[in-house]
Amino acid sequence: MNLPANKKKISIVCFSGDFDKMVAAFTIATGAAATNREVTLFFTFWGLNALKKNRGRVATGKSILAKAFNFLMGGLNNLPLSRLNFFGASPKLMSMMMKKHNVATLPELVEAAHALGVRIVACEMAMHILEVEKSDMIEEVQDVVGVATFLNDSEDAHIIFI
Amino acid sequence: MKHFLDITNETCPMTFVKVKLQLAKMASGEQLEVLLNAGEPLQNVPRSCEEQGYRVLSNEPTDDNKHLLLIEK
Repeated sequence: MNLPANKKKISIVCFSGDFDKMVAAFTIATGAAATNREVTLFFTFWGLNALKKNRGRVATGKSILAKAFNFLMGGLNNLPLSRLNFFGASPKLMSMMMKKHNVATLPELVEAAHALGVRIVACEMAMHILEVEKSDMIEEVQDVVGVATFLNDSEDAHIIFI
Repeated sequence: MKHFLDITNETCPMTFVKVKLQLAKMASGEQLEVLLNAGEPLQNVPRSCEEQGYRVLSNEPTDDNKHLLLIEK
């Protein structure tokens, strides 16, 4: 493939673990990667939930608090809608509406991001707090990094915080 | 060899995502025919292909306000 020498870069900080915000992050990421941009997704805090290998509720971690947090937060299948969540019913209804209108669902966007080679990195500090190990996360997580590494890697990139 | 892709049922960003993924599977010199809707896909798919160094050989309107794009990798 012919790539321009000065490939544009976008880095997205996925802080929120909200369903709708994660859809936005992956929509921008896949759109940017498909239009030949180099894309990095940096997952931190609530965003880490989207990277868990187990998409349901699992008591990940060693301490009681970490286990409780991880169980209550769950994985990709449990991301709440940022508004009108209605105890978790709304993300499922929203996915149905997305399918009805031929809009890619969150799992489809995640799969497309992997296929397009979007770089996925996880925040070391947030993993430490929540006692989530790299082995608890999907294999597409390329690296566990700190903020300094993320900023160095994103030096020439547009940074978007979601 | 000519490949075919219908993205008339897709919406942004999967329109150009599917085109990009299909082109990635193809060998240099192969052609891809893409059926797409007017509007956003017609504006963005040919442009993003050209930006990535692919050649848009033709862009013809078909029935029902759709377009047929021929791209060479």
